[in-house]
Amino acid sequence: MIESFTDGLNQLARYIIPALIVGIPLYAMAARRVKVYEVFVEGAKDGFTIAVRIIPYLVAILVAVGMFRASGALDVLLNLMSPLLNFIGFPPENLPLALMRPLSGSGSLGLLTDLVNEYGADSMQAKIGATMFGSSETTFYVLAVYFGSVGVLRSRHAVPAGLFADAVGAISAVYLCQWLLG
Amino acid sequence: MLNYIWMGMILISVVVGTFTGRIDQVTQAAIDMAKLSVEIAIGLVGIMALWLGIMKIAEASGLIRIIARLLRPITIRLFPDVPDDHPAIGSIVLNMSANILGLGNAATPLGLKAMEELQELNPDKKTASNAMVMFLAINTSSVQLILPATVVALMGVVSSQIFVTTILATLCSTIAAIFIVKVLERTKWFKLAPAPEGAATEGEPPVERAARDEGDER
Repeated sequence: MIESFTDGLNQLARYIIPALIVGIPLYAMAARRVKVYEVFVEGAKDGFTIAVRIIPYLVAILVAVGMFRASGALDVLLNLMSPLLNFIGFPPENLPLALMRPLSGSGSLGLLTDLVNEYGADSMQAKIGATMFGSSETTFYVLAVYFGSVGVLRSRHAVPAGLFADAVGAISAVYLCQWLLG
Repeated sequence: MLNYIWMGMILISVVVGTFTGRIDQVTQAAIDMAKLSVEIAIGLVGIMALWLGIMKIAEASGLIRIIARLLRPITIRLFPDVPDDHPAIGSIVLNMSANILGLGNAATPLGLKAMEELQELNPDKKTASNAMVMFLAINTSSVQLILPATVVALMGVVSSQIFVTTILATLCSTIAAIFIVKVLERTKWFKLAPAPEGAATEGEPPVERAARDEGDER
């Protein structure tokens, strides 16, 4: 039952974007007599400025993340954390993904692909990994882009709060999979 | 905060890279990622323009105001500082809807628009407001109803099994995010100065300012 439901949802998802692109202007024109073409162009003008404005912030964050990943510092972090993780029953195979998720979207997708290739899509490791991947965002990227677009430099509690939520998400992914799919 | 994290990350990278003999890869990564950042940003231009255009139409037609009003009971608790009829609420709601539906491409432009509107309300333009941090935390914890296409592609038929676990895990992390933001915004390390002094506080880390507010004034 769940399978057909998910299938239906994903089928439906293919129509969401086209429906929005046609539905919003149609409503505006038919119900409110909005000059859709002119208003669209007016709004679209901001696309360039916003995209360009985030470049310096993106460079700062992605360079630091890239260096961190390439240096092998992630492996060091893994070794340091393993006693704690064994204690709470966190599977060691899923740890790299959990640590990578807030840092890099492509990096964590690579690690998930690894898990699927190594253990198979039907394995608990892959299921936990996919749940982790799907239930979280690339925190540092979102932070850089969103704060960068408006020039906010002092992020206050955004980083600790984001990382705390990521940790809760990763740990609940482990327990939920073991409980519901075990 | 970001100052320390950023410095820490590049310092650790160079030190660890030296010991592991991967210093060349570290250099290469720095150059590659700088290049990639610009590619990502430029790649955003077209998608941003498309969604900002559609959004402008939605705004002009009054659709955004209608949606924002419908969800006001929820947003007023999450963003008490944002006035009732401010356009930021509309953008926030649309960004969350796009995230829930798994429309990552649409969510980012809507989110950036929301940030811009929140910035209008922000008295200190260089420091994140409570509403901004809340909005960001909810965003990074990723409320999602539809699995990312990449996950479906990788997992095949198993995707339907992880559908439920993903929603529940995302729910846990979003609740945790809302909770921790509400707690942290009141602590002495992160709370906002009561009356922002504008130029006088510029360039000063929030930690110092909070400490001064603890009664250190002379």
